[in-house]
Amino acid sequence: MELGAELREVERLEGHGDRVWSLAWNPAPENCGRAPAMLASCSGDKTVRIWQPTSSGAWDCSAVLEDAHNRTVRSCAWSPNGKLLATASFDSTIAIWEYIGNDFECVATLEGHENEVKSVSWSASGLLLATCGRDKTVWLWEVQPGNEYECVSVLQGHSQDVKMVQWHPNLDILVSVSYDNSIKVWAEDGDSDDWHCVRTLNEASSGHSSTVWALSFNTTGDRMVTCSDDLTLKIWNTGLEDYDSWRHLCTLSGYHDRTIFSVHWSSEGVIASGAADDAMCLFVENQDHSVDEAPYILLLKKEKAHDMDVNSVRWSPKEPSLLASASDDGVIKLWELSQVS
Amino acid sequence: MVKMVAELINANPVVYERKERRVYKLPAVIDEYAQEPIDQQEIFDHIRDIKDPEHPYSLEQLNVVTEDSIEVNDEKSHVRVTFTPTVEHCSMATIIGLCLRVKLIRSLPSRYKVDIRIAPGTHATEATVNKQLNDKERVAAALENLTLLEVIEDCLSPTFA
Repeated sequence: MELGAELREVERLEGHGDRVWSLAWNPAPENCGRAPAMLASCSGDKTVRIWQPTSSGAWDCSAVLEDAHNRTVRSCAWSPNGKLLATASFDSTIAIWEYIGNDFECVATLEGHENEVKSVSWSASGLLLATCGRDKTVWLWEVQPGNEYECVSVLQGHSQDVKMVQWHPNLDILVSVSYDNSIKVWAEDGDSDDWHCVRTLNEASSGHSSTVWALSFNTTGDRMVTCSDDLTLKIWNTGLEDYDSWRHLCTLSGYHDRTIFSVHWSSEGVIASGAADDAMCLFVENQDHSVDEAPYILLLKKEKAHDMDVNSVRWSPKEPSLLASASDDGVIKLWELSQVS
Repeated sequence: MVKMVAELINANPVVYERKERRVYKLPAVIDEYAQEPIDQQEIFDHIRDIKDPEHPYSLEQLNVVTEDSIEVNDEKSHVRVTFTPTVEHCSMATIIGLCLRVKLIRSLPSRYKVDIRIAPGTHATEATVNKQLNDKERVAAALENLTLLEVIEDCLSPTFA
């Protein structure tokens, strides 16, 4: 099969005064002032920026969310209805921002983590929020009326800081990845309301040999990809209800030569990765189903995607060929993926 | 992270002679746009005067860093500094590593990738310290800790003299 693809830089968004750590596309921008598209970014400059296309089609920063955090804002995530943005900071808090009358207002601050909060994720239903951080714990918060958030569980199990949490796209199953090199799967006990760790994927289960930085599910949730400081990406088969059957499918190695910080699966099945080698890679499922062939193959590698480390890569939920990337160089770029024959 | 101790970790460190300084000669014709490749000695000049966190001596005087402990590949914009703590259980190893990283981030062009590590076999918790020093998220968080930053700035101040 001939793989012909091109990744073209279409926008360059500048404004942050420090490294950009993380990006989040609003899944329902129509609920935020009928915007056609909306991207949130957060940075070491302690702010969050909201970007959207203007009437001319060029992208612009439409809002700067500041004064809620007094240290690095490490990660951000939109609620499924697109109306709320959660931001996690090294200042040990999580802020919830709501789009009210043309503006974003901080409507809640979640306190509880001992120190740096590193990641935040909304469940598919939007009723639960998961956070994690340097205190080795994962917190589950129940979203209640009137901007109230009640902590329903503090999950302990990781032996080192937890780098990222991400909910399954359809089920109330949470996955966390850590500096302890492991991936943990958390779910509710059928009988009680207790959440607990139902599966640990570590080096013994063909997992990573160093810090696991990020994970992403495909749209249906039957596959998961993780990336690590061990310079590999790993694909996991997560299609079965029985967690014990979640298993390692393949390892993609030799594509990045420094830590891989971010990975994201597009709705059209393209996996993007971003790393400390300043490069991005795209992978697709191999259409050649013969036994000897690798299940996933490289579609293209973009060397020098940024001038410094690539910290975050995110596909647009509305335009599946539009990719956003963020870097230590303080810049956010938008890329268009096209097939060439 | 920083443990302030009443007793010194290494009360009597061996102090070595400082090496001679290179004299920078200006070229006859100055081409402002010429890119001078960065070499081992230039990197050493950036870090040799960093003060040890617990002694009034420089990292060079304590043999924590030497010119040979620096590997540089200018073409690939990569540098690796291997440092040797004065004692095997030195709790200051993380601070020294952070000082080296901060100094190089501030001195080198942003295209540079910096790896810092402890010389193999010279520290009790070598792997743990190395992992911390090369996790940029942990480094970023540490540098937002003002108490720690003050300690680092103090160690770096002689290098800007």
